[in-house]
Amino acid sequence: MAISKEQVAHAADLARLDLSEETLAKMATQLGQVLDYIGKLNELDTSGVEPLSHPGGLSNVMRDDSPSPSLPTNEALRNAPEQQDGFFRVPRVIE
Amino acid sequence: MTTTLHEMTAVELRNVLRSRKASAREVIEDLFDWIERREPDIGAYLALDRERALARADEIDSLPPSERESAGALAGVPVALKDNICTTDFPTTCASRILQNFVPPYDAHVVERLRREGAIIIGKTNMDEFAMGSSTENSAFHPTRNPWDLERIPGGSSGGSAAAVAADTATLALGSDTGGSIRQPAALCGVVGFKPTYGRVSRYGLVAFASSLDQIGPIAKDVSDAALMMEVIGGHDSRDSTSVTMPAEPYLRDLDRPLDALRVGVPREYFGEGLDAEVGAAVMNAIRALSRIGAEVREISLPHTEYALSTYYIIAPAEASSNLARYDGVHYGYRAANCDDIVTLFARSRAEGFGDEVKRRILLGTYALSAGYYDAYYLKAARVRRLVKNDFDEAFRQVDCIVCPTSPVPAFRLGERTAHPLEMYLTDVFTIPANLAGIPAISLPCGLTRSGLPIGVQIIAQALDDARLLRVARALEREMSWRPTHRPPLPQQAQEGRRRSATSEPASRGPCNGRSLQR
Repeated sequence: MAISKEQVAHAADLARLDLSEETLAKMATQLGQVLDYIGKLNELDTSGVEPLSHPGGLSNVMRDDSPSPSLPTNEALRNAPEQQDGFFRVPRVIE
Repeated sequence: MTTTLHEMTAVELRNVLRSRKASAREVIEDLFDWIERREPDIGAYLALDRERALARADEIDSLPPSERESAGALAGVPVALKDNICTTDFPTTCASRILQNFVPPYDAHVVERLRREGAIIIGKTNMDEFAMGSSTENSAFHPTRNPWDLERIPGGSSGGSAAAVAADTATLALGSDTGGSIRQPAALCGVVGFKPTYGRVSRYGLVAFASSLDQIGPIAKDVSDAALMMEVIGGHDSRDSTSVTMPAEPYLRDLDRPLDALRVGVPREYFGEGLDAEVGAAVMNAIRALSRIGAEVREISLPHTEYALSTYYIIAPAEASSNLARYDGVHYGYRAANCDDIVTLFARSRAEGFGDEVKRRILLGTYALSAGYYDAYYLKAARVRRLVKNDFDEAFRQVDCIVCPTSPVPAFRLGERTAHPLEMYLTDVFTIPANLAGIPAISLPCGLTRSGLPIGVQIIAQALDDARLLRVARALEREMSWRPTHRPPLPQQAQEGRRRSATSEPASRGPCNGRSLQR
């Protein structure tokens, strides 16, 4: 169940990780070993088993839609790498 | 018997403070003097603040006698926090370059509770980056060393918290446990580590790793201290939608209540291949101790145990790949320089900001969730997760709790497992099942190897049975009388210990500089 360097590169692109060719190759080898181990799960017949995504199951927790104070702009911007006029500043998105 | 202030448990320290045998200032000064001596060797902390701790101590000391009782359950007790728990007065870095200078705009729920109860937060502890690892070697800043043997790892990912409590450089600490990150380092450092039932402690302000698994819990010198901490941090919080709607229980008050007709299960799957012989023998000793105190011990089976690790290494990375998408170099944290477009900014900030293990898990999780692979990986794992939980449900129809090793091996050497991620992952083989099932589990010390390394025994109970689990742990701890005779050696003693070679005699506590008190 090995994973190719191209498959790792595709996952890296989806995950927005800019990785060097060297890192991609190393990751492919290491992830291949992990996926081989994980392949053990295929020994089990799980047909008819209901998936468990959360311990105890999840239920919606509702509250009233009532306004309350939230984080002030200056606090929210305090850790921003770059800011301008009360906004997060990023490189131009639209030409 | 004399005990210095920094050696005391939180319960002992609380009595000393309440009876005014020592002031909170004296406690903090003594502790920081000790930290200055021990921390250079161990490296348990990422941040410490002596001045602010002293200021807080002075506030507590200045309370008039009439208000002292209401100063809180932990008034004047020094507490260390794993650095993935948000604090407004310390950076919260998750031991990652991507959050190196991040100072959260709010306190975590557990931090609010601690402050309200008078605890003095002395610093933030080292960890594997984003809690991904089992040795604390994945910290972007520095490794932490095991106080019992400085050539060895303290376990992880809450390795800083466990090492600090073991070395008496924190009285009490918090960690987080996604696949064993509280219990495994506690076992390897000879202290108590408790992962409560999923939802028992609010995760509001805990930096998310794998949200269906993450839980905050105490790392403590003994079970009483773990129970005391649980009284402070447990209970409902509406800001965490998975929070159980039950108040904290009086865990400490009820700790010594007798256990009647206790049935203990020993799962045969936990005593097979890969278990270190000395670890196995020490855990069997603990099981005999449970028999001596009247428990009925029987063998049980958890047949899907061998699949739990594989299940975890799909589910946890899948959830992590989603949770860690928020680190984008835009809102907070590290931003790569000179990026001309937004996608390059995201991809380079993340590549430069995250370490290798975090990247590995993001890639693994992204792959397992990606089109064409979701059914084969994530869905398959979610089905096996159900089978693992069913095993526990079945077992708890026969027994009240399950006893097994915490870690298959004692502390290993720095660098020993870093080249092979899978070998590192195997360290968590006995702790992961409790996270998958969302049930409470505790590790407590049960012996030392011939070379003087601590061994932990794990007790697992059913969901929401935290109070009884703590009582079982306390009864076992009392029967095994571990503390205060077993302490990590001080550096000069460690050298003597190596010269004495293979004696199993635990190193006793030597003279220290701290202020002594009659107990």
